[in-house]
Amino acid sequence: MKSMWQRAGMAGVALTTSQMALAEYAYNLQTPASKVAQDVFQLHNLIMMVCLGIFVVVFGAMFYSLYAHRKSKGHKAAHFHENTMVEVVWTVIPFVILMGMAYPAAKVVIDMKDTTNPDMTVKITGYQWKWGYDYLNDGVSFYSNLSTPQEQIVGTAAKDEHYLLEVDEPMVVPVGKRVRLLITANDVIHSWWVPAFGVKQDAIPGFIRDSWFKADKVGTYRGQCAELCGKEHGFMPIVVKVVSEEDYKAWVAKKKDAAQTAVAAPAAQ
Amino acid sequence: MSDAAHAHDDHGHHAHPTGIMRWLSTTNHKDIGTLYLFFALIMLFVAGTMALLIRAELFQPGLQLMHPDFFNQLTTMHGLIMIFGVIMPAFSGFANWQVPLMLGAPDMAFPRMNNWAFWVLPVAAFFLMASFWLPGGAVAGGWTMYPPLFIQGGISYDLTILAVHIMGLSSIMGSINIVTTILNMRAPGLTLMKMPLFCWTWLITAYLLIATMPVLAGAVTMLLTDRNFGTHFFNAAGGGDPVMFQHIFWFFAHPEVYILILPAFGIVSQVIPTFARKPLFGYASMVYATASIAILSFVVWAHHMFTTGMPVAGQLFFMFSTMLIAVPTGVKVFNWVATMWKGSMTFETPMLFAIAFVCLFTIGGFSGLVLAIAPVDIQLQDTYYVVAHFHYVLVSGALFSIFAGIYYWLPKWTGHMYNETLGKWHFWLSAIGMNIVFFPMHFLGLAGMPRRIPDYALQFTEFNQIATVGAFIFGFSQLIFLVIVLKTIKGGAKAPARVWEGAEGLEWTVPSPAPYHTFEIAPVVK
Repeated sequence: MKSMWQRAGMAGVALTTSQMALAEYAYNLQTPASKVAQDVFQLHNLIMMVCLGIFVVVFGAMFYSLYAHRKSKGHKAAHFHENTMVEVVWTVIPFVILMGMAYPAAKVVIDMKDTTNPDMTVKITGYQWKWGYDYLNDGVSFYSNLSTPQEQIVGTAAKDEHYLLEVDEPMVVPVGKRVRLLITANDVIHSWWVPAFGVKQDAIPGFIRDSWFKADKVGTYRGQCAELCGKEHGFMPIVVKVVSEEDYKAWVAKKKDAAQTAVAAPAAQ
Repeated sequence: MSDAAHAHDDHGHHAHPTGIMRWLSTTNHKDIGTLYLFFALIMLFVAGTMALLIRAELFQPGLQLMHPDFFNQLTTMHGLIMIFGVIMPAFSGFANWQVPLMLGAPDMAFPRMNNWAFWVLPVAAFFLMASFWLPGGAVAGGWTMYPPLFIQGGISYDLTILAVHIMGLSSIMGSINIVTTILNMRAPGLTLMKMPLFCWTWLITAYLLIATMPVLAGAVTMLLTDRNFGTHFFNAAGGGDPVMFQHIFWFFAHPEVYILILPAFGIVSQVIPTFARKPLFGYASMVYATASIAILSFVVWAHHMFTTGMPVAGQLFFMFSTMLIAVPTGVKVFNWVATMWKGSMTFETPMLFAIAFVCLFTIGGFSGLVLAIAPVDIQLQDTYYVVAHFHYVLVSGALFSIFAGIYYWLPKWTGHMYNETLGKWHFWLSAIGMNIVFFPMHFLGLAGMPRRIPDYALQFTEFNQIATVGAFIFGFSQLIFLVIVLKTIKGGAKAPARVWEGAEGLEWTVPSPAPYHTFEIAPVVK
């Protein structure tokens, strides 16, 4: 026989979990599609639990005090105003908690920075306001522009599902392969970011920075430029299509064919 | 006090000018404090209006109200004006009014420089605002002014650099005054470890300003010469590096964010003991914690640069040093709660704002800790999560402490009590409104919405709408504050010298309103 409290609690959990299932009310990081993104997701969960724990303890005490130690309830003020032991304790305990968080965090930092042993390399260039992709191993190059029509932006046409997150030419990579990224820019600083992979790297003109990702599953992943780069900073998205090995090879062949045809007929562009 | 006034006349002092000349030429710390505070209040409404325009555009996906370039001008100017035109001048206003009164000093050490430190600010503000009408519009590269984007802009970028120089000079002059006054003009018996914590926090803030403002000046001067005189500090083609700007800028700007919060810690450390009727818990710890925060603030700057491509050693060092700052900050929060603990609390408006500060600033501190974890920061850098973080620490942190201080000291300054009912309305609408605007922004950042964009993908719609509604509630509630301040200056219930039952300190020994000249003869402190 369930008590009123148990039933209320279950209703509360059901309500919040059903709410959280709605895509419009996303409360956490995007679903990870790489091990790095998964590690970051779990690291964030750990920190949130620590913060929540400290919040509940400290503000539980404070709100209790606001209720119990008020003049209107007749509480008379005590006179204590220092205690060295207590100060030491509440300095050392947070320090220890932080050390507990620093160790797993450091491991992920080292992993994120390790770009050795890639399976393939793509050079990515940020432009005002589009991305350029150069596949150094496969000899494929192209620009990637926002493909959302102006009418949708100014409101004369209805917005489609991937409004502002769609491009004419996505970056295509094979699933399960370690892709090294060499990132630079042509004009100002941009930043290449795909949340599902846990990759964000500033694109700095005149310099090349490296990063990497390995996509776990086939799918289409979307990101945006993450460094203010002028008036169309919000309008230069990133789309990465992760496909099977065979589909990737087919795509490379198609791209090279198209490039050959374009060279042969330069008027077409 | 009339005896003191006659004695003053006997020293051959001529009559004070009245009207506009009084305000232009004043060297009186109370007048200058008032000038800073009114300037900050006007700038609050100017930059606040910009925020409402930004939130109006962001109410729905699509571009409804403005071009993306104008949106970038608004976000940049909103940031510059709130930091340099609202928060910093407001805290300077408090310093001017309160530091001499709290120390038993007759005025600041350098009264004429004090006048200059204020009056250059309206000039800088004029340059900033005028830049909207210059060809190309106002600066649109973010308050962080990163090159090469900042090299691309038009004439208003150069004018903004000039304004930044002027505001920096103002801060340096004000800080020299504060350090000299605190170190040399304390009343006999008032040792450093007996002075109010507000004075300690301003002493440390002033040292931070003197150390870091010249660094900002250097950074923006290099931007100016790269723009106009053929240098290439930040241009790789000439052997320079855009990331060097970020290092120099953030070496200034990280201590700057502590400059924006330490005086807030000081105000709250005055208000809470008063309304808890209990001394501040752990005064010495609070001093050491403030000093630790200030020193640590110099070695964390590159946590703003985790995505620039630092080597592993750099990422780890800055992650660890940033996490470390949480320790002294936590100590301060615990000490405020311990001050309340077993006190005898009442909840007048200053105390409401101080309590909200402790709770909400801590939320901002937690999101800062999340951002300190470098791998997580890779996902959250340049997203709305960062916007949520700094608005929690700056709005419910710095701004709420300013409100607390105004309600706390306005009766001392004007001689009139403010209207407590209106004050409570202002408090509740601000506290609730502020959370409606900024709490959803954590979710937006986690979900992947970048910052500084005028239009966004559809999945971000609902939280943006909630934030916009909250912004209008919060923004319009500040009109209540304006009404309260103006009404209290004009009249209200007469305030006694010791306005609040639990208030301690020299400022509560002089009448309300505080006479134009106070402590011409130094009090002796036991």
